[in-house]
Amino acid sequence: MTVNFAFVWPAIAAAFLASLVEAVEALTIVLAVAIVRGWRPAGLGVAAGLIVLALIVVALGPLLDHVPLHLLQLVIGVLLLLFGMRWLRKAILRAAGIIPLHDEATAFANETAELREQARRNDARLDWIATLTTFKAVLLEGLEVVFIVIALGSGRGMLLPASIGALAACLAVAAVGLIVHRPLARVPENTLKFSVGVMLSAFGVFWTGEGLGVAWPGADLAIVAIAAMFLAVSGAAIVLARRPQTRALS
Amino acid sequence: MMILLRELAGLFVDDGALALAILAVVGLSGTAAMLMPEVSLAAGAILLFGCLAALFSSVACTGRR
Repeated sequence: MTVNFAFVWPAIAAAFLASLVEAVEALTIVLAVAIVRGWRPAGLGVAAGLIVLALIVVALGPLLDHVPLHLLQLVIGVLLLLFGMRWLRKAILRAAGIIPLHDEATAFANETAELREQARRNDARLDWIATLTTFKAVLLEGLEVVFIVIALGSGRGMLLPASIGALAACLAVAAVGLIVHRPLARVPENTLKFSVGVMLSAFGVFWTGEGLGVAWPGADLAIVAIAAMFLAVSGAAIVLARRPQTRALS
Repeated sequence: MMILLRELAGLFVDDGALALAILAVVGLSGTAAMLMPEVSLAAGAILLFGCLAALFSSVACTGRR
């Protein structure tokens, strides 16, 4: 399968930004566990999570080659639509002030408070709880990263560029986290989620259409037009969703 | 394990109505693609504008609530 360069940079950018968000969320939990209980149980959970993720990729990765391309595009397209539009909807609602913004500092404080409370109740089991907490965080956030990489990369032979984007984001967040030892609360998470939501939804419409046999005008470049339409509608949705609140306040 | 499975499902479905609307749009678009294979762009238009409408109405409904 040939690599289309019109797709490479959007795929790398989308994989990088989406993985950045997931890695920041995982880092918050890992840091909370490490600070309350030490790096050993936290590291153990991280290592176990990464091993399970690697096993899933090794076990399921080769199966992708055996799925017919149109079916793969359709299934991944629909999953991308569900995943991307869920992100986009949440980012719109947050930008409109309908639901509160996700705050890494608050998430960090909640996680440490919960771990301290568990420590007060039952200290002996805490190492396991701590390990399980980081394991679950790394596995769940990692599965999202793996899904995004497969979804963006498998339809056009771009697994490698998408993987590079995702790996770069995870390494960058891990490095910064190790240096600052604090949750990365200044990352503009909602803006990132909004941008990635637009990109993933556009890829989702494009892949689903390809899977159904749609001949998009402009071929691969149609994805730019689809993303622009998602951006315009999302912007309008933010403005309109804000109106009732403004009226209520005035 | 159940928590993990529930959270995995949650990756794709947050607002059930939005997820159902997306699947309905895909189904409609697939039907159009099967019935009119020579004008596949009609299926593409149904898919794109259907998804945009589903997103917009989901946000509007949540905003009203």
